[in-house]
Amino acid sequence: MFGDWHQLWVIISTPDNIPIVAMLGLVPFFTWYAFHNMLANDRLIAQLEADPQLARTHHRTTYPYNSRWERELHTNPFLMRKELLAAIIITIILMVWALTLNAPLEEPANASVTMNPAKAPWYFLGLQEMLEYFDPWIAGVIVPTLIIVGLMAIPFIDANPLGNGYYTYHQRRHAVWTFLIGFEGLWLVLVCIGTFIRGPGFMWYWPTQTWDPDRVEFNVNRNLDQIFGINGNWLVHILPASLRPEAVIIARALFGIIPMVVYGIAAALFIHWICMRTEYSRTVYRKMSILQTVTMYIFLITMLFVPVTIFLRLVFRIKYIWETPWFSI
Amino acid sequence: MADQKDANGRKTGVLEDLKEKSREFGEIVKTKTQEQLEELKKPQETQLYRSIFRIKHDEDPRNRALSTLNNLFFHIHPAKVNRDATRYGYTWGLGGITFYLFIVLVFTGVMLMFYYHPTKVQAFRDILYLENDVPFGRLLRNMHRWAAHLMVMAVWLHMFRVFMSGSYKRPREFNWCVGVLLMVLTLLLSFTGYLLPDDQLGFWAVTVGTNMARATPLLGHQGPFGPQLGMTPYNDVRFALLGGSIVDANALLRAYIWHCIAIPLIASVFMGVHFWRVRKDGGISGPSPVMLEAETKA
Ligand code: HEM
Repeated sequence: MFGDWHQLWVIISTPDNIPIVAMLGLVPFFTWYAFHNMLANDRLIAQLEADPQLARTHHRTTYPYNSRWERELHTNPFLMRKELLAAIIITIILMVWALTLNAPLEEPANASVTMNPAKAPWYFLGLQEMLEYFDPWIAGVIVPTLIIVGLMAIPFIDANPLGNGYYTYHQRRHAVWTFLIGFEGLWLVLVCIGTFIRGPGFMWYWPTQTWDPDRVEFNVNRNLDQIFGINGNWLVHILPASLRPEAVIIARALFGIIPMVVYGIAAALFIHWICMRTEYSRTVYRKMSILQTVTMYIFLITMLFVPVTIFLRLVFRIKYIWETPWFSI
Repeated sequence: MADQKDANGRKTGVLEDLKEKSREFGEIVKTKTQEQLEELKKPQETQLYRSIFRIKHDEDPRNRALSTLNNLFFHIHPAKVNRDATRYGYTWGLGGITFYLFIVLVFTGVMLMFYYHPTKVQAFRDILYLENDVPFGRLLRNMHRWAAHLMVMAVWLHMFRVFMSGSYKRPREFNWCVGVLLMVLTLLLSFTGYLLPDDQLGFWAVTVGTNMARATPLLGHQGPFGPQLGMTPYNDVRFALLGGSIVDANALLRAYIWHCIAIPLIASVFMGVHFWRVRKDGGISGPSPVMLEAETKA
């Protein structure tokens, strides 16, 4: 049932989905615009690095410059009129939007009639999408907490003094990529999957595939330990008699530690490799305190774990990597 | 009253006297009116204007600066700004736009409150009433809804530009953290408002959302170590959020109070801190002169 363009149109034109549809245009635009500014500065930087004489006298921005111009302008009117203009433009956009599209209103709330799909507002669909891959306490509590704390930690981890208050790519490649991966590659992509891909039962529907509320999906997901056939057979022989009935569970819990540790080491090595790639990034890296380094590793390793899990689930249908009686990942 | 004689010996009476006086009076009114109409062309010089704005309006730099500094609303700005910092190209105007949307939301939100009762009986009907009977009620509701979405978009894009321009670096680390909290508050504002129409959309979104709270470690009755700590559906963190074990009348009231009073207040305080810190950290971070690798202290 592909090629159902009407279905796609229904999703795109749902009033509450307009923002994310708009973001599909806005985010690429602002990304392009940021890079446009970055590369302009980077060209200037390259020029100044090649010519120390020029570096001594240059005004060091890419904007028009004249030594006779005043360095500062009066806020009134030079800044205020721009703020006024921005406010007017936003008001017009908002007015047009409010006149042409109505805010949605469904049937009155009814606990006995389930909405299908029952979706959070678009800005939380990234988290709801996480629920597909992680247990609720991870998706709903740990992940948001880590995102908030991780964001707040950024200024304290980033020891690179360059690029403070001007756009540059070459001077802060790692920071730029980390943010692009986190914000666009993960957060916004998950929001888009939640919005455009997930249909009834929060199941996966490709664009233009018809939503079918009666569709049933047979759950073929397996744990990693099942793939490896962990059954605790040999563990029975070493365990004390009282624990023997639990042998399978214990074997699984122990087995799960292996892939987690392997992943952690692999990710750490990957991050280390990236940090050591250029002379400048090595300098910055060496300057970091132990606390900074450890925090950075913890957050980056955790962040990269998300796409790894999603990949394992979507491609290899793996449910849990590490299952224990208390929590499963 | 004795008869009077004028210079020519003619008798003048009360009538002539009155005529003369009223002519003089007319002259005075005419010149005064002319003068004052002339003054109206310069409203800045009137007593009324000065009493409000507290400044002379002379065209000199000092008064330009004072027009910003002496005004409660404008004095969050410095008197002068870096010439290139006024470019949209650097800040993309997004922090200001976010703030403007917040003001729009407060304004339309207060208007909506005139028509809305946070009760199971009335909430949904109030929305229908707003949409169909209240003059401009539908426009009001639409504007509030879309401004909320726009604010979420603007806050993310603002964060994006702050990151890409490296504006979180020293000395602005703390203001970045305040910003992160503001973003969380913005999302929570939007989310708590989602329940208020009391329709299926809001009900199920909030049900899905708060069900996650069940699984909070330690504090949820289905979370790791929750049951061991005595958590049940009737005393865990989800119960606290909803004021009950299901999304119902108490949840509606709680969402209403968070949405209309508590979070806007908290967010306003944080915005105050945010703007104050922008100034204290030396104003907008740039566009600063580019630095070279060779100039950093290794
Ligand atoms: C309700 C939400 C917010 C409002 C109303 C707001 C408002 C503003 C305004 C008006 C400015 C002045 C410069 C500009 O317009 O870009 C600013 C600067 C700043 N904002 Fe926000 N902001 C919000 C959220 C955030 C968030 C989510 C972050 C980051 C996570 C953030 C971090 C910063 C930083 C670091 C600056 C200083 C930037 C510089 O000096 O160039 N803000 N904010």
